[in-house]
Amino acid sequence: MTFKRCSMKLKIMLELQHISYTVSENGRQKTILQDISLQIGDKQNVVITGQNGSGKSTLVKIIMGIIQPTSGKILFNGEDITNLSITERARKGIAFGFQQPVTFKGLKVKDLFKIILNQNFDCNECCTYLSQVGLCAKDYINRPLDTKLSGGELKRIEIATVLARQAKLNIFDEPEAGIDLWSFDNLVNIFQNQTATNIIISHQHKIILIADKVVLLNSAKIDKVGTPNEVIQFIDANKKCARLRGDK
Amino acid sequence: MMDAITKTLLEQTAGLHEIPQGAYNIRQDGKLLSRNCNEQIQIVSKQDKDGIDIIISPNTHNQSVHIPVIITQGGLNDLVYNDFYIGENCDVLIVAGCGIHNDTNQNSRHDGIHTFHIGKNAKVKYVEKHLGIGQNTGEKNLNPTTRIEMETNSCFTMETVQLGGVNYADRKTTASLQANATLVINEKILTTNQQKATTDFTVELLGDNAKVEVTSRSVAKDNSYQAFNSNIIGKAQCFGHVECDGILADHAVINSTPQISAQNVNATLVHEAAIGKISADQLIKLMTLGLTQAEAEQQIINGFLS
Ligand SMILES: Nc1ncnc2c1ncn2[C@@H]1O[C@H](COP(=O)(O)OP(=O)(O)OP(=O)(O)O)[C@@H](O)[C@H]1O
Ligand SMILES: [Mg+2]
Repeated sequence: MTFKRCSMKLKIMLELQHISYTVSENGRQKTILQDISLQIGDKQNVVITGQNGSGKSTLVKIIMGIIQPTSGKILFNGEDITNLSITERARKGIAFGFQQPVTFKGLKVKDLFKIILNQNFDCNECCTYLSQVGLCAKDYINRPLDTKLSGGELKRIEIATVLARQAKLNIFDEPEAGIDLWSFDNLVNIFQNQTATNIIISHQHKIILIADKVVLLNSAKIDKVGTPNEVIQFIDANKKCARLRGDK
Repeated sequence: MMDAITKTLLEQTAGLHEIPQGAYNIRQDGKLLSRNCNEQIQIVSKQDKDGIDIIISPNTHNQSVHIPVIITQGGLNDLVYNDFYIGENCDVLIVAGCGIHNDTNQNSRHDGIHTFHIGKNAKVKYVEKHLGIGQNTGEKNLNPTTRIEMETNSCFTMETVQLGGVNYADRKTTASLQANATLVINEKILTTNQQKATTDFTVELLGDNAKVEVTSRSVAKDNSYQAFNSNIIGKAQCFGHVECDGILADHAVINSTPQISAQNVNATLVHEAAIGKISADQLIKLMTLGLTQAEAEQQIINGFLS
């Protein structure tokens, strides 16, 4: 066990205060997130895990500004960003990798990098980011970002674009989805070597293990926050309980 | 000598920065501005009507023909007939296109009637751009008609682009394909304000293994109107694919009328059409990269029409 990050000196980068999100479906209120409070320290790797439908993607979309919470506050480096647009949050240093990468008609891989790197666009720089996810830049920069790319390729490009933003806070929604086993270890390395703060939604044991903090979501609420081992033990204990109770 | 307007129009419609290499015929305001032929490529003025015959000898390779038309006046109606005879086994590039610069209050119009006779095994890339410039009320109207006759094993790729400033455009393209012929058409049209653009494609697939791919991308903004009509007729064991994508903004209207007629049990014809506003997901994605919504829209449209 290493203690490279001393919790006493830890500067808070992101703070969620009592975030709730409800929608009305067929006239009925549906709670998707309920009273989520969470602190994330500078340069921490935080993994959010939990069952399908527990609200993980919704939570990170709220951080990015893609979804507006029903109530609660978001502080980024001490500043209240709850009412800022996606664009403003992006410019303040938040980067976002989608669970399902968005495809376009006509836009090419290189166009995304041009947007991200601005004037400084050059092929070598693209290459740095694409090779980190195991793609050869010259094969990909001129490809259209459409569904002709495979699921795994799209996902890797998505991750590379997040890295290229050189943001303070990176959010990855299930980055391992569709990535083959061979490349998976590289992915884990990327998260370990990052100098930024990472919020990673993941179901993968290996990714959970590299976290400084693991957040377990369960039906709209935080069930447990702790070290990887604490959360894994908590999950195992709950499974045992469920078995004893005769749940499915 | 060419003036600045002529130069700009030539650059934007035919990609010409200077007098082109190879054969060319530049028409300005209804008259011949300059022409160049060579051993393989003959350009001859028609005797009975306005226009030219372009005759390319068999086996001509890696050569280009530029035939831009420019109009710099108001109140001009220019009707021209251009017939292309492409010999067997050729591999050539043909760049046409028309630019109208009309700063007057009177309408100007160009109707280009192009007929292509493509010999056996010949390969042609045809690029045509249409453009209107001018701030006054005088309309800039362009009506290209293209007729393509393709012999066996020939290949024709057509890129047709209209990226703004044209008040009214009526595009008609017909083609007939013999066995093993391949036709690829890429169309890109942007309309704004009160502009109207109509496109009609009729393609007859007559021989076995004839193949046509039509991709149309349109962006209609403001109060503009676009109509896309296509009719693919398969009379042999053939393949046809039409894809029509439209991005709609403001109060614009796009109509897409697909027609496919399979007259042979082995004909495979597909039509796909999708029209709608820019997808929210695409906008959000680009905004997460730091673009404003307006910047994101512009990027998406630029990419779509690129
Ligand atoms: N706009 C909405 N209207 C109704 N229900 C919604 C809406 N948005 C999300 N949900 C529901 O909220 C729940 C949480 O969705 P979310 O995408 O956040 O889950 P997740 O934890 O990311 O799941 P997964 O592991 O499958 O990606 C799901 O049950 C989803 O169906
Ligand atoms: Mg999710």
